[in-house]
Amino acid sequence: MSDFLKIQGLQARIDADGTPKDILKGLDLEVPKGEIHAIMGPNGSGKSTLSYVLAGRDDYEVTGGSATFKGQDLLALEPEERAALGLFLAFQSPVELPGVNNANFLRTAVNAVRRARGEAELDAVAFLKAVRAETKHLSMSDDMLKRAVNVGFSGGEKKRNEVLQMRLLQPSFAILDETDSGLDIDALRIVAEGVNSLRSPDFSALVITHHQRLLDYIVPDRVHVMAHGRIIHSGGPDIAKTLEKQGYTQFLEAAA
Amino acid sequence: MTQNAAPALEAFIARSAGQGAVLAETGLPTRRVEAWRYTPLRSIADTAWQKAAPLTTETVTALLARLVLPETGARVVYGNGQLMDALSALPEAVRQALENVSPLKGLFSATLNTALGERGLDICVPAGTDAGLLTLVSLSDGQDVSTHLQHRIVLEDGASLTLYDVSAGEGRYIANPRFDIVVGKGATLRHVKVQRESLTGTHLAIVSADVAERGEYDSFTLNQGSSLARHEAVVTLGAPHAMAHVNGVQIVDGQRLNDLTSMIHHAAPDGSSRQTVKTVLSDAGQGVFQGKILVDRVAQKTDGYQMNQALLLSERAQINSKPELEIYADDVKCSHGATVGALDDEQLFYLRSRGIPEAEARDILVRAFLIDALDLVADEGLRDLLLRSMTS
Repeated sequence: MSDFLKIQGLQARIDADGTPKDILKGLDLEVPKGEIHAIMGPNGSGKSTLSYVLAGRDDYEVTGGSATFKGQDLLALEPEERAALGLFLAFQSPVELPGVNNANFLRTAVNAVRRARGEAELDAVAFLKAVRAETKHLSMSDDMLKRAVNVGFSGGEKKRNEVLQMRLLQPSFAILDETDSGLDIDALRIVAEGVNSLRSPDFSALVITHHQRLLDYIVPDRVHVMAHGRIIHSGGPDIAKTLEKQGYTQFLEAAA
Repeated sequence: MTQNAAPALEAFIARSAGQGAVLAETGLPTRRVEAWRYTPLRSIADTAWQKAAPLTTETVTALLARLVLPETGARVVYGNGQLMDALSALPEAVRQALENVSPLKGLFSATLNTALGERGLDICVPAGTDAGLLTLVSLSDGQDVSTHLQHRIVLEDGASLTLYDVSAGEGRYIANPRFDIVVGKGATLRHVKVQRESLTGTHLAIVSADVAERGEYDSFTLNQGSSLARHEAVVTLGAPHAMAHVNGVQIVDGQRLNDLTSMIHHAAPDGSSRQTVKTVLSDAGQGVFQGKILVDRVAQKTDGYQMNQALLLSERAQINSKPELEIYADDVKCSHGATVGALDDEQLFYLRSRGIPEAEARDILVRAFLIDALDLVADEGLRDLLLRSMTS
């Protein structure tokens, strides 16, 4: 049962003003069921690209390799099909949706996923009950449900809203893209508690981070070091501490 | 063949009582006429449009059944330009209008209506009276026929009325309604219009509204049907502190053309006008917005705002947008803006990444684009009707 998330030789590029730019250059990664892994790496190593490619954003072109999730060819699925299958991406910069009421958005998303998973849709009352339980847990005000999605939200509120979506959609695999986002301690705690609360033998996560700080709150089973579009080193949680003290140089040299 | 010798024009002249000379002189506007540059009338030129035959109550009832209409208030129904007595009742508070309303010169839709006019609503809301909600349904059904209803609506001082004005039909026809509106001192007319004509129909509407001191003409137009439709409003704020809202939403698909043209004339001090128009275009749809704000030299302290935005969902769709500000007073506040854009890929991806299928995600973003225009319809019940009508 190691075939939960399996990425082999993944290559992807983006169109940068008319010239294709290779970003992922043969990336291998496996995240087994029930484990939390972290990816750390310097700026420009391709961490965010990896998260977008896995979630299905179509401005990246996959030029080689494969990614399977629960035995399915992830790269052949539409973003909404990936979500229905249990994949969730917590955005580094959650997108603002002016004119879209947050509560309506959440209910539409929850019911779309439930429909795709063959579960009954939640009516307004049942949904409100479910969402109230979560917002209370996350210390979110009801006001945030009435506002437009992420519009005028502070950094911390946006993170809370991402975690709220994650908890409501009940993914089996979450990707948290926290690269370079300058999170304050509160925001870090929100994200960490969100992930930790979902920890179970049926839940896996990939935490993408620039800082070791986040990994004080979410202790990963494994840490991968990413550079130049590849995983160049993998090991236990101790790697994060080594990186914090000594930087990426030793890993980069060893991989060169 | 020039459009002046077109079968349409000949038929109109033959049908008009004593107005043939005016029509012949005007002709059908070509694209060289600035006001019709983006809305060519070629599609109507080659048809000899005949007077529409009366409709049976059964036909009208069947057409009514397809529409989303208010369930409360009074209702007046016209079928092919004729009042359907059995289906109509005016609000109790209104009486026959007696005032003469000045004719509009130089606007084709008005000229055509004047030449061929059929008596429509002719009502007056007495001073200080709230006449509530009146639904006006104008239905057309036929092939190569035209109707030219003339409505006169007068609100005396302090009166108020909400007019829910729906046009729809079946077949190939021209609906050419005209509204002459007088809003008295401190009176308020809320005019919510839904244009859902047959997709092979043509709709050429002209509204002329004169607003007195502290009066308010508050309008919203949903332009969604017709092969070709122009809703044209000429609003004159002729006394101090008069106010106009000329808002609208246009939803254009297929190969259709919808046009919202307006002229807001500030002719007295301290007036204010607000205009938000949003157009959503898909397929090879074409949208036109022409919005002129004219501020006379005497109209000091005018407060004008105009915003028009278009959302293009297809590369073949097209919007022609012509905001025009002509200001002769020196102490005014007038702002305007125009944007044209496509759906935002990042927003679309965000919605889809939450499991929402692409078509539903697009609908959510289109509705979000329209919402701040729709929200300008203050009456929640009518706003809901509009939303239901939009998606029906």
